[in-house]
Amino acid sequence: MSDILNLSRRGFLKGMVTTGALVLSVRFLPSGLLAEPAPYAGTHADHSTLHSGVYVGIDTDGTVYIVAHRSEMGTGIRTSLPMVLADELDADWKRVKIEQAIGDARYGSQETDGSQSIREFYDAMREAGATARLMLTRAAARQWNVPESECRADLHTIVHASPIRRLSYGELTMAAAKLPVPDKKELQFKPPSAWRYVGKGMVSYDLSQLVTGQAVYGMDAHMDNMVYASVEHPPVLGGTIKSYDDKAALQIPGVRQTIPIDTFKPPHEYQALGGVAVIADNTWAAFQGRKKLNITWNNGPHAVFNSDDFKKEMQATARKPGKAVRNEGDVDAGFAKGGKVLEADYYVPLLAHASMEPPVAVADFRDGKLTAWAPTQDPQATQDAVSKALGIAKENVICHVTLLGGAFGRKSMPDYIVEASLLSKKVGRPVKVVWTREDDIKFDYFHAVAAMYMKAAVDDKGMPTAWLQRSVFTPIPSTFDASATYGGDDEMGMGFTDIPFDIPNLRVENGPAVAHVRIGWLRSVANVYHAFAVQSFMDELAHNAGRDPVEYLLALLGRQRVLDLKATKYPNYNADYQKFPIDTARLRKVVEVVAEKSGWRKRRLAKGRGLGIAVHRSFVTYVASVVEVEVTPQGEVHIPRVDTALDAGLVVNPEITRAQFQGANVFATSLALMGEITAKNGAIEQSNFNDYPVARINEAPRENNIYIVESAAPPAGVGEPGVPPFAPALCNAIFAATGKRIRELPLSKASLKA
Amino acid sequence: MIRLKVNGVERSFNGDPGMPLLWYLRDILGLTGTKYGCGMALCGACTVHRDGKAIRACVTRMGALAGSNITTIEHLSAAGLHPVQKAWMEHNVPQCGYCQSGQIMQAVALLNTTPHPNDQQIEEAMSGNICRCGTYNRIRAAIKAAAGERA
Repeated sequence: MSDILNLSRRGFLKGMVTTGALVLSVRFLPSGLLAEPAPYAGTHADHSTLHSGVYVGIDTDGTVYIVAHRSEMGTGIRTSLPMVLADELDADWKRVKIEQAIGDARYGSQETDGSQSIREFYDAMREAGATARLMLTRAAARQWNVPESECRADLHTIVHASPIRRLSYGELTMAAAKLPVPDKKELQFKPPSAWRYVGKGMVSYDLSQLVTGQAVYGMDAHMDNMVYASVEHPPVLGGTIKSYDDKAALQIPGVRQTIPIDTFKPPHEYQALGGVAVIADNTWAAFQGRKKLNITWNNGPHAVFNSDDFKKEMQATARKPGKAVRNEGDVDAGFAKGGKVLEADYYVPLLAHASMEPPVAVADFRDGKLTAWAPTQDPQATQDAVSKALGIAKENVICHVTLLGGAFGRKSMPDYIVEASLLSKKVGRPVKVVWTREDDIKFDYFHAVAAMYMKAAVDDKGMPTAWLQRSVFTPIPSTFDASATYGGDDEMGMGFTDIPFDIPNLRVENGPAVAHVRIGWLRSVANVYHAFAVQSFMDELAHNAGRDPVEYLLALLGRQRVLDLKATKYPNYNADYQKFPIDTARLRKVVEVVAEKSGWRKRRLAKGRGLGIAVHRSFVTYVASVVEVEVTPQGEVHIPRVDTALDAGLVVNPEITRAQFQGANVFATSLALMGEITAKNGAIEQSNFNDYPVARINEAPRENNIYIVESAAPPAGVGEPGVPPFAPALCNAIFAATGKRIRELPLSKASLKA
Repeated sequence: MIRLKVNGVERSFNGDPGMPLLWYLRDILGLTGTKYGCGMALCGACTVHRDGKAIRACVTRMGALAGSNITTIEHLSAAGLHPVQKAWMEHNVPQCGYCQSGQIMQAVALLNTTPHPNDQQIEEAMSGNICRCGTYNRIRAAIKAAAGERA
């Protein structure tokens, strides 16, 4: 593959001799509003003099262009992955320019979710950096006519030790570009002691743009001659237009036309929802026109969905035998032996992502090609979905990725880009589709609603001898297969089949549930409800045993071991289990660190306050949190402090990692305290931040302390794993403070009045 | 015809007086640093200054702005970065950054009237601004730093 890329690089090189400067000059984007350089002509890296692979290019002036192929939604990935490459190249960060890739399979996966960007591409970035460094080193050695081994890289230059001489990367690009791209086997990697950036970190490449309003999000994308669209979607999933009257809408100044959009054919996947689009000269006119539409709908079969009834059905299902997905020992025999049995039911409702930037996209269909500018977590999935919807080849879908104003999984589903694409084709000019906050809340791909049943038989010391846990939730597979009612192995493997407790007789089951709304991934996914059930039940057992929860938790984790899950379907977040096993020593370690750092054993708390702990491994990262809660006599909940310890293997960018875990604790505060989506007759009842509140500065944890445990393990995920332990730790703290056990989220539904 | 000043420039507006300032700034003037988040003054992403005071552009109608002096994030400081923006950078506040224009405009308005806010004053002033990424701890620290106090 390298050879092919190298040939194409040489093709560019030939052209560059005469037109190089020109090619580069037209490729610079103006800051502020985006202009469309059409047709798309590749990255600066592609056009650079030395182009040793898809991710990097170096120009004669020494500028290093690094391609960020993953999407930036606030995790810092646009900085951290290029930083790994720059380090291995020994480039001067000040001379690095990062450019965002369009959707293109040549970069490998661009699906920016699952907390896997660093894990999946750490090696690829190092290889790309080492490859370019070796070519520059070789070029210098040839120029000086000395052995390669006498030359080394030193911050954007190649140095020869004796006699001392130096050539800059810029000076070497022309000669290096004539060399063949070396084989992977020839590469030598820097030892950790020589790392300049990895493990030390860099602030966001976009930081100054982010604080000056210059950063360009999907909401800010612009094309010449563009019109604006707002879409009235069917209130019930799969509903269709019976009739509509747009006379009043067309009277609104600035409204140009209305366009009906066909409802998807099941399964809905990433198709447009359907409805009626109002096309206007500006966003406001489109919103106003929409309010004047008079539409009668056929609601279809999902109008049966009522959250209260559905909850009862799910809880009943959770009490019935389900499909076993993990079996250790003999659970039925374990329960038959008698002894004390504890049972508990837990419930977590539907949740919406509510990223600050609602779904939005600009699309331009012309000459059989579709160009989109959009905040998407997955530009290649966008290419697929748009090509299917428009009936054009995938290569004819050019998806530019803007910054994402938050995403949390929502923007892995590109239905809103499909919507803009369909409309552009019909209108014959660029269309910007802007979802209102109400559209965002009502028509999300929701986080599943889940009911869990937990049952344990305990011995006279309170330790479990048999354990049954059953999970029932509206599964994500229903988005891709309308008949799917059982969870996927990945969902069950998020904190349920991988329960790490040392119990001789254990069974994990899954029960069916029919999804009546679109279900998708939300930050940490099924771990949210599974960790809530497992870690809350752990605390219930600790109190039953009359033991300190930290001591009891450590006892449950048991002897140090790597979990043997060979007999179980366990995807392990698509990571190799040999490289990323479930190691209880690492779970114990984060528990011990957080107990010590939080002062678990020493902290004196005022009346009405309590501490709770939870530990959870997700996205191959180990996290334990201790939450301090204050419950006022009126039943108000305050969170003075949270301490979180994490083992994410090698942490590439520590400061950004700390920020991710702080943010995860706040995200989890929202879902624990106040997050709930409900439906009536198939339509979502919430609409905006008034009835779907999220945590504000006065509700978020006041102190938010993050401890990174030193680890020799390979890099793991940091975007999501902070979320799961927070809610159970908080609810366990509430039990410690008040004696009231919370088995259902959000807390706003519980009565905590003294 | 509504006359107003936006970032020091005289402007006149002839359109629907019911149009919120937010869409005038974004769609007509191309000042996209001010963000849409909710349309109901619930999230603060659209915060700008009217005659030095923080307002929510998403619910402020153009018809009510005759003679007003509007400042947006793009013009917060004519000479380089405002101290609040510097503090934001020093504390690595932004994650996705989408809400931060509004957060910064709100914080600047707070410090204009209350140069040394305590925790409670910070929470009262900032609780109308949602950050879904959860940067609140850093926002608090940055405001204190900008006020010249140790966080």
